[in-house]
Amino acid sequence: MSETATITNYPGRWKRPPLVKRRWLRWTLWFGAAIYLAVGFGTLEVDWQRVAEGIPRGQRFLAAFFPPDPFSRWDSILDGILESIWMTVIATVAGIALSVPVGLGAARNLAPRPVYLFCRFVVALSRTFPEVILAIFAVKLFGFGPFAGFIALSIATVGFYAKLLAEDIEDMDPVQAESIRATGASWFQWINYAVQPQVMPRMIGLAMYRLDINFRESAVVGIVGGGGIGATLLTAFDRYEFDSAAAILLIIILIVMGLEYGSGYLRRWVQ
Amino acid sequence: MAVYETDDGPVWKRRTTRHEWMVWLGWLAATAIFVYCFKLVSDKTIWFFVLDAGTQAQDMASRMVPPKWSYMDDLWRPVWDTINIATLGTVLALIMAVPTAFLAAKNTTPHPTVRAIALFVIVSSRSINSLIWALMLVAIIGPGILAGVIAIGLRSIGFCAKLLYEAIEEIDVTQVEAIEATGATRAQQLSFGIAPQIMPAFAGISVFRWDINIRESTVLGLVGAGGIGLQLEASISTLAWTQVSLILLVILATVIVSEWVSAKVRHAII
Repeated sequence: MSETATITNYPGRWKRPPLVKRRWLRWTLWFGAAIYLAVGFGTLEVDWQRVAEGIPRGQRFLAAFFPPDPFSRWDSILDGILESIWMTVIATVAGIALSVPVGLGAARNLAPRPVYLFCRFVVALSRTFPEVILAIFAVKLFGFGPFAGFIALSIATVGFYAKLLAEDIEDMDPVQAESIRATGASWFQWINYAVQPQVMPRMIGLAMYRLDINFRESAVVGIVGGGGIGATLLTAFDRYEFDSAAAILLIIILIVMGLEYGSGYLRRWVQ
Repeated sequence: MAVYETDDGPVWKRRTTRHEWMVWLGWLAATAIFVYCFKLVSDKTIWFFVLDAGTQAQDMASRMVPPKWSYMDDLWRPVWDTINIATLGTVLALIMAVPTAFLAAKNTTPHPTVRAIALFVIVSSRSINSLIWALMLVAIIGPGILAGVIAIGLRSIGFCAKLLYEAIEEIDVTQVEAIEATGATRAQQLSFGIAPQIMPAFAGISVFRWDINIRESTVLGLVGAGGIGLQLEASISTLAWTQVSLILLVILATVIVSEWVSAKVRHAII
């Protein structure tokens, strides 16, 4: 009996350990977050009357979306979609072709220091600006149309792909690289037989992922004049043809789903 | 890998002949597609403007320097708004993404139909760019920061929920079973068995998305949804190139700072 008595002396309640262990830091974080949210909401400057007005308008807006009508503007939708697809394909290919030298240069274990710094700078610069800003400038320089979109998407692709390629090369297994080097391979042979096979499977997956991103982004470069489905979408919005707009959005979603499924399939096939 | 016996002894090759042919055909097909697509795009291009780009670029560059530093006084508020759009949008997205992720994860979803709907929500949110969400929201609730916040929120649900549900599917089931064995309800299992396991992933995802959102919220102003994009649009349409260059520098600085913050925080978590 005395044994059970000792057991009941154990604490019957348990409190889960907090996520942030240091008490002062935890309270500072909570307090800071609360103040930030208060100030942030305070400066939102929401015109609630306009929002209230917008709710019935939003209902009408959503009602106008249904049913989606791809048929009345089918020709221009098809034209826009195809233009987006061409643009996406060549931008992805050209962007990746450009990223390979930049990525090799931006890998610390491959490139000499000045080349490394230069390539990192190129990557940082092209990663900073969203595709839309790049597209605005491309349209200014190259005129309206899909070529401007192609340039903008290619530059954005370099920022994305070269960075991941460089990081992958930095993470590679140095043993294989050393053994190829020990056979007396030239620099190109070394890249081709030691580095490339190690990074290839992941890079193919990322290329498919970038194709997917570029397609999605091709819908917005059109808004600033870069050609593709975005231009058609903007026209549909401007003409208040929301049923056509809904159809375009649905088509974009379907194509992205298809690409995602396809890239999963391809990745399994590569590995 | 293949070794061929020849008269001069074995020759090592990286691929078998059949494999070499397959690779060659793959390259041929890819090149053909590329050339075809390029031709279609080039048909729609006015090459005169493209060839003129060099002079245009020089002209634009000469108009852009030096940046008009005094314009900075008008930019502090838009920068603050931009950061607010990104932060509040991320918070909004996380609030909606957590239930979506639990409904979409194979091991926590109540029903396969619910899972399919949740996956569709994720794909739709990911497929439609925040600029397009903003375009629609500005039409509904009027121009302003709120439209930007909601646009960023809707756009980020997909990203956050996708990464989160993948984290949920990869949890260690033994811990959940142990909690279940104590007689815990499903809600308690969620709170004590699953939540602690996905907490690091959750924190990482939030900071990662916040960093991306800073970048995206800089352009929402182009369609009237607040932030520094409004000033960018105004400066470009009035051809005030010295202001444009300053705005680009400010965006660059904001993005670099946010990337640094996010890297620090993620480093602290992981």
